[in-house]
Amino acid sequence: MANQHVSDPTEHAHASHELSFWRKYVFSVDHKVIGLQYCITAWIFLLIGFSLMMLMRWQLAFPYQPVPFLGRFLSPHLAPNGVISAELYNQLGAMHGTIMVFLGIVPLAVGAFGNYLVPLQIGAPDMAFPRLNMMSYWLYLPAGLLMLASFFLPGGAAQSGWTSYPPLADINPGQTVWLLAMVIIITSSLLGSINFLVTTLNMRAKGLTLSRLPVFVWSEMVASVLLLLAFPPLEAASILQLADRVLHTSFYIPAGLVVLGVPSTATGGGQPILWQHLFWFLAHPEVYVLVLPPMGIVAEIIANNTRKPLHGYKTIVASMIAIGFMSFIVWAHHMFISGMAPALSNFFLVTTMIISVPSVAILTCFIYSLKGGSIRFTTPMLFALAFLPMFGIGGLTGLPLGISVTDIYLHDTYYVIGHFHYVVVTGSIVAMMGGVYHWFPKWFGRKMNDTLGKVHFWGTLLCMNGVFFPMFIQGMAGQDRRYWDPMTQLHNVPTQPLHVVSSISAWTLFLFQLPFIYNFFHSMFHGEKADNPWEATTLEWACPSPPPHGNFVKIPRVYRGPYEYSVPGAKTDWIAQDAPEAA
Amino acid sequence: MNLNYPKYGWGLPVAASTYARDIDFGIRLIHYAMFAIFILWGIFFTYLLIRYRRRDGVPAEREHEHHPIKSLMPDLIVMVFEIGLIAFYAIPVWSRIKQTFPDPKDANEINVIAEQFAWNVQYPGPDGKFGKRSPDLVHFSNPIGLDRSDPAAKDDVVLANEIHMPLGKPTLIHLMSKDVIHSFFIPSFRIKQDAVPGMDIPVWVQPTRPGLYELSCAQLCGFGHSLMRAEVVVQTPADYAAWLKSQEPAPAAAAQPQNLGF
Repeated sequence: MANQHVSDPTEHAHASHELSFWRKYVFSVDHKVIGLQYCITAWIFLLIGFSLMMLMRWQLAFPYQPVPFLGRFLSPHLAPNGVISAELYNQLGAMHGTIMVFLGIVPLAVGAFGNYLVPLQIGAPDMAFPRLNMMSYWLYLPAGLLMLASFFLPGGAAQSGWTSYPPLADINPGQTVWLLAMVIIITSSLLGSINFLVTTLNMRAKGLTLSRLPVFVWSEMVASVLLLLAFPPLEAASILQLADRVLHTSFYIPAGLVVLGVPSTATGGGQPILWQHLFWFLAHPEVYVLVLPPMGIVAEIIANNTRKPLHGYKTIVASMIAIGFMSFIVWAHHMFISGMAPALSNFFLVTTMIISVPSVAILTCFIYSLKGGSIRFTTPMLFALAFLPMFGIGGLTGLPLGISVTDIYLHDTYYVIGHFHYVVVTGSIVAMMGGVYHWFPKWFGRKMNDTLGKVHFWGTLLCMNGVFFPMFIQGMAGQDRRYWDPMTQLHNVPTQPLHVVSSISAWTLFLFQLPFIYNFFHSMFHGEKADNPWEATTLEWACPSPPPHGNFVKIPRVYRGPYEYSVPGAKTDWIAQDAPEAA
Repeated sequence: MNLNYPKYGWGLPVAASTYARDIDFGIRLIHYAMFAIFILWGIFFTYLLIRYRRRDGVPAEREHEHHPIKSLMPDLIVMVFEIGLIAFYAIPVWSRIKQTFPDPKDANEINVIAEQFAWNVQYPGPDGKFGKRSPDLVHFSNPIGLDRSDPAAKDDVVLANEIHMPLGKPTLIHLMSKDVIHSFFIPSFRIKQDAVPGMDIPVWVQPTRPGLYELSCAQLCGFGHSLMRAEVVVQTPADYAAWLKSQEPAPAAAAQPQNLGF
């Protein structure tokens, strides 16, 4: 079976029943299986990252108090008497950020949704390079496990923040494994991004021109370009940091360091700020990798549930491409006060303001899309609608951080944490939760329970705001981020009680995820049967749900744009992309 | 001399430097604008959701014409606001705070050398010259590695976690670090600047109000990050001069241990 050389998708479909369990569900080359593998793995990593944060939130809300129940399971070295130590706090913090960004949201947005949906939405039997696709997943999972395993190694996990600024990262324990895992994760993402680009550009069904592509496919394509071009600098940078740690080079270590009274043995001559440039050269485009695919998901759900075409399809696509280009020249707005030449700030200030223009344009188009619609408040639509104001808060609070002068004060305070969590949590994650509800019938041929979905939605929305909104108030009062002890500085003390609000909201947020988890696994087997319950027009609904191996029984031909809803004179309020002209 | 900390609470701390007001102006202006945008936008959003909810027998209206200009109006408004902010606020104020520095002759010039987890401050003393420093001389009794054999070092004053600044005169700080990156943050002065090892980064501030202020570290620097705290004492010029005079000069060179050749 390993020697099968099948290229014809229909033949492939017939051969599928012969595949062993391992080839079918574990080492699969089918983009749908890989997509679901990514989906479940990434949600688990998100849950792990969230759990680390829930632990940290205990220390912030009730400093010096032993962690109830869990405290006795923590290592007595890292948590004496169950009280979280500064070392443990910093490990949790660094790993929370790393896991959420690199092992949670990106794999979910690109690996899961992209993998499952892009080939279906372009009418292709699979990805262009199925084996490469399998390799992406099988690099990602071990890298993630390696990252988690670092907690149990001597010295513990990385504790220099997810940004890992040297020289701190060069001297702190735990960093070597972090760097090794990062190099593997980056390699996995690179393989994936090449695969997406080739697939989208070469394997579209007949008639599916670029201007007929669903917005989601465009968003994945732009995200892939960003991954392809932005990740190599971080891979190189990580290898250099690894060399600093293992081979005693000095890429990021200047001469004359004295650490805790001991002169450093490094030869010096390096520059710590170099890392920051390389890191943010990746990490800013990365932010858009986190945001663009969820925007694509929101676009699909809004068009489908307003029963009308998206307002300004071309504006949205052009804005996404513009964001893609601009995202490469805004990185140093993370570094206004880093010590780089202050004159440079003006350049990055201007580019940062420019990149906000296409972002506002996309949001405006989404809102205008509601106008004239016949809005169905389905569960996925609730999530997509919540994305708009929540992402709006995230975007607006980026303004005082992007303006160099006001950033002097707000930089590295809780204001920053509030800002980017509104973007990636109430923005990206909320949109992707909506995506799960929307495409679940495609994945399993069954719908998720609506009542549980609505409980999940309202609880999640309320609690997320409870977690993140107080951070703006704390940041305004100057509360410093990454502080293990919120009581050591006078100016942090008055706003410390807000941590209690955030923490209780976070723990309640966890409780509201339980119906989601139950709903997901229960509906997989017992949900209401559905084929195309949303009456959606795009190509992924032109094949059976769930699609067989090889996807389409017959490769579809495309006759129209992606959102032909409520066409005057048509019998139904939707015309599928592959329906022949006679409507 | 009876100095106290300002009352820290919710909202921006007391503005106590010459440029604190400029920064606060921007923070307030942007937040008013953000608030206005969000409210207007929220009203429109809510209206759309109610007005265009699904009703039986009312199909969705397809737009026949697309007005790109009309749909980009909110964008244009945001853009004009941003251009205004950049041209009339951000660039001029930034250049005043971060790109122009007081003449060292007219300023109270000090070195601030950060380490895990303390702020060391070096005052040049009456001669106005900083003594040489060397990493090889760093010792627990000489945290900044001051070379006592240098004549300029004789009258230098070195303090840990205590910075004195006079009123009515800018203080020019040479910000350095011995080990990792730290960040010099005095919330009441609205000043923040990373201290990077291997670099000497100038920052300046002119306090406007006597009292005690808090200096914290704003860049993750290790397990003691949250403990890294210093006291900033702002005094009248007379009190400042009296304080400086009362400080003992640094111990004599003979007291220094030999460089052990690490």
